[in-house]
Amino acid sequence: MVYCIGHSIISPLGEGSQANFDAVQAGRTGLKIHTDRFADVEPFCASLFDTPQSFVPLCIKSVEQALVYGSLSMVRSSDTIFILSTTKGDNLDLWTSAQAIARHFCNTNPPVVVSNACTSGVCAQITAQRLLEAGMYRQAVVIGCDLQTRFIVSGFQSFKALSPEPCLPFSPDRKGLNLGEAAATIIYSQQPIANSQQPFWTLETGSIHNDANHISAPSRTGEGAYQCLTDVMDGVTPDEIALIGVHGTATPYNDAMEQTAIERAGLQNVPKNMLKPFFGHTMGAAGVLETILCMKEAERQKTQKPIHVIKMLSGFGGVNAAIRLKSEY
Amino acid sequence: MLNAESYIEITPASVVRNGQPIAVSETGDRMLVELYRRYAGDYPKFFKMDTLCRLGFIAAEILLKEPTANSQQPTAIIMANRSASIKNDTDYLATISDGNYYPSPSLFVYTLPNIVTGEIAIRHHIQGETAFYILDTPEQLETIVKSQKSKTQSPEPILCGWVECSAANEFYAKLQIIWNN
Repeated sequence: MVYCIGHSIISPLGEGSQANFDAVQAGRTGLKIHTDRFADVEPFCASLFDTPQSFVPLCIKSVEQALVYGSLSMVRSSDTIFILSTTKGDNLDLWTSAQAIARHFCNTNPPVVVSNACTSGVCAQITAQRLLEAGMYRQAVVIGCDLQTRFIVSGFQSFKALSPEPCLPFSPDRKGLNLGEAAATIIYSQQPIANSQQPFWTLETGSIHNDANHISAPSRTGEGAYQCLTDVMDGVTPDEIALIGVHGTATPYNDAMEQTAIERAGLQNVPKNMLKPFFGHTMGAAGVLETILCMKEAERQKTQKPIHVIKMLSGFGGVNAAIRLKSEY
Repeated sequence: MLNAESYIEITPASVVRNGQPIAVSETGDRMLVELYRRYAGDYPKFFKMDTLCRLGFIAAEILLKEPTANSQQPTAIIMANRSASIKNDTDYLATISDGNYYPSPSLFVYTLPNIVTGEIAIRHHIQGETAFYILDTPEQLETIVKSQKSKTQSPEPILCGWVECSAANEFYAKLQIIWNN
């Protein structure tokens, strides 16, 4: 396991993990109809920054805000690896963007970009855990970020995957997904921060499985997601899980698949958390952003017992991923 | 890489398996079709794929077809490159160019590099891990694969390597089976 020693979210709903959590609690949404953002693109409903952002500066700001409990010297260290989760960045040279972010913090290790479709944010955390547990690094800065472009919106429109109105995950009336923009960062460490006032969270385990079924549609039996859930449930029982952060894109097939996988794993009675109606689908940021908000939500349960949360995602290429985190006071 | 058992290396003009050249008469994209006809031939979905997927698909096809000392199906597919899905991204961008806006869903689905791992998983019914990384060098991929421990007590075979396609007829693949501990 590895320790979460800091996190941050920057989204159209606000800056900071707490501000974003409060916005969700207050029922605010970043979703609205955009009619003239991109040339030729039909009107679409999405959660976008009012002022278009630049990818690298936004990621840098996200890391800076996650550093409140850590120190700048730690991210500079050769013991720290930068891991970027994104699908498109804001240009097509993602590794150079990642390098620019790491260089900004004077970190000279070659960064890792995880490009595993919509599961990237969870896969990046799994990669961080493995690299730390294998002793290759002591800290990992996991950044999830995506911004919407004409490229992405036109593609999802051509795929007929977008809902014309705010999405309705797991509803029988769901019509598709909304896209979103955000940057989120989690810093993991081999060691906890001493004397932290925060409840501390550990990333316990993670799993990635392919459906081996279809490159752009999920398995009807939820095979990959089911296997991920089974893996991360190793050693715990359903009543120990406070929350499952589902992917919940609100496309007909994704949500049905997740429901099937959750039932097959015997987790149907565990509370679910679905965040797409507030942030849209933030793609490479989703796994990081939604993991942070699952932790914040579970922290509201004041209990002496350890709390576990699961975050699950699925994406193009038939890939599924899940992680389990644990909090102890 | 640790315990590399067998490998395949493909350039636009050559194919080498375990140190032995494989004779080809075509080059570039046409060579990939030639290899498909020789080593697969029964999978018309190949022709829907972008070049990156064709490259990874055919490399895996040749590598996994060869019986080895321990020809256990790979339990994971871990791949990387430097330029993501740049060739197909460029092709997709052409379908949304100014004054000629007809976005192609069949091209859009290939604008993610991890699709190649999904295509191979489907072809070989591999329901284990699939992951794609964008890295500067193959050595970085080695570090990542080394950090992945076996889920069982015994070593597991991982299909891993570098698959790059930067433009039409410009590609490179080196895939291998390694056993993790």
